[in-house]
Amino acid sequence: MSAPVDVSLGQLAATLVLVAIAIVVSVWVHVDLERDIAVAVARSFIQLSAVGLVINAIFEEDRIVFVIALITAMVLFGALTARNRARRVPGAFWPLLMALATAGGLTLVLVVVLGVFEPEPRFLVPVGGMVVGNAMTAAAVALNRLGDDMRAAAPRIEATLALGATASQAALPVVRSSLRSGMISLVDSTKTTGLIFFPGTMVGMLLAGADPVDAVRLQLVLLWTLLGSVAIAALIATSLAYRNFFTPAHQLRDLPE
Amino acid sequence: MQSPLFELLDVTLSRAGNVVLDGISAEIPEGAACIAGPSGSGKSSLLRLLDRLVDPARGEVRYRGRDVRTCDVLELRHKVSLVPQLPALLEGTVKDNIEFAARLAERSPDVGRVLEHAGLDDSFADRDAGRLSVGEQQRVMLARSLAQKPEVLLLDEPTSALDESARDSIEQTLLRLRGELGLSYVLVTHDPEQAARMSEWVLRLALGGTRA
Repeated sequence: MSAPVDVSLGQLAATLVLVAIAIVVSVWVHVDLERDIAVAVARSFIQLSAVGLVINAIFEEDRIVFVIALITAMVLFGALTARNRARRVPGAFWPLLMALATAGGLTLVLVVVLGVFEPEPRFLVPVGGMVVGNAMTAAAVALNRLGDDMRAAAPRIEATLALGATASQAALPVVRSSLRSGMISLVDSTKTTGLIFFPGTMVGMLLAGADPVDAVRLQLVLLWTLLGSVAIAALIATSLAYRNFFTPAHQLRDLPE
Repeated sequence: MQSPLFELLDVTLSRAGNVVLDGISAEIPEGAACIAGPSGSGKSSLLRLLDRLVDPARGEVRYRGRDVRTCDVLELRHKVSLVPQLPALLEGTVKDNIEFAARLAERSPDVGRVLEHAGLDDSFADRDAGRLSVGEQQRVMLARSLAQKPEVLLLDEPTSALDESARDSIEQTLLRLRGELGLSYVLVTHDPEQAARMSEWVLRLALGGTRA
C-alpha cells in the first residue's frame, strides 16, 4: 500500500465552506436546522478527534479487552442517542441497548469465526464502530416508526385484541412495518452502491492509494456484514420494544401523546 | 340462583387523570341489554371493562359470577366479543378477516354463514376489506365476531355512522341473531329510542360516569 494520505488542518478548515452552504440553505429555506448543523459539525470534530486518540492508544496496546471496552462504550452511547429518536416508545432504552449489544457482539464474533477478519484491534475497532453505528441508525428509525404507528393503529390493534388476539398477534403488522423501515435504507443503498454513490470505505481506500479491486472487496465484505447486523438490531429493538405498549393482560396501555 | 351475565361492583375508572366512571354498580342480565347516555358518560369505557380491554382503578367486574381478572383473558374475549364503534379491519379480504378471527378462537370458519348472519352475501368474501363502505365494514366486524361463536356480543354504537335505512337493517340483524342464535348482547347507544327498541334492560349513565 502507498503512503497514507496526509490531511492538513488547513484542508480540513477549507471544507467548512461546504458546511457554510448547508447553513445558508437551512436559513434561506427556513428548514430550522442551522443550530443542529453547527452542533453536528462541532460534535463530529470533537468526537472523532477523541476517538482517534483512543483508537491510537488501543492499536498501540494491541489488547482485545480494550476493543471490548470501546465497543461497549459505543453501544451505550448509541442506545442513549437512539432513545432520543424513539421518544414515543415507552422504555426504549433497554430494547435499544440489547439490540446494539447483540448486533455488535454477534457480528464481530461471526466475522472472526468465519475467518473474514483476524481478531486484532486494527480490524475489530473500525468494523465494530461501523456495525454499531449502522445498527443504531436502523434501530432508531425502526422504533421511531413503531412509536408513531402504534398510536396511529391503536384502534385497529385494540379491535384485534378484542377478538382475543395476543399483544404480539395484534402488534405484528406494526412491528413488521417498523422492522422494514429500519432495514430498508441500507438495503436500498446496497442495491444502488457503485451506481449512484461510492460508499465510504471504498472512497477512503482509493484516496489512500489502495488497489481498486481490494477496495471493492473490502467494501462488499462490510456492506454484507452491515446487512446482517442491521437486521439483528432492528429485529431485537422492535420485538422487545412493542411489548412496552401493552399490559401483561394484553391491554393497550394509556399513552401520553 | 343463576348469576347475572355481568356484575359491576362499585367500579371506578380513570383515563389520563380524568374520572370516566365513578363508582358504578349494576347487574346486567342475559338477553338484550343497552347502556344509554350522552357522549362523555363513559359508555364505551364501560363496554371495554366488560371485555377486560381495560381494568378499573377500583371495584370489580364479574362475568357470570367470576371476577374477569381471574379469567384467562384471551378466552374471555372469545366468549365476550366486542365490536368497536369504528370499523378497524385487518388488511386483506373479508374472508381473511373472518378466518383470522375464527382461528384465534379455534373455530372452523363457515365464511358464507357468518356473512349471512351479519346481513352480507357470499360475494363479499373475496372483496378487499379496506374498500368497503363504512356500513359494510361494520357488518364485516360483526361477521368476524360471530365467526368466534361468542356467548355475548358487546356492540359499541353499531349504527352511529350509518343512515336510517342501514341502521334499521343492522337493528333487524341483531334482533334476528338474538332470536335465532340465542346470543346475548350489550349495546351502547346515545339514542334513547334505539335503547327502547333494542333492549329488555337499560343502564342509563349520566355525564361524569354516574348512573342516571
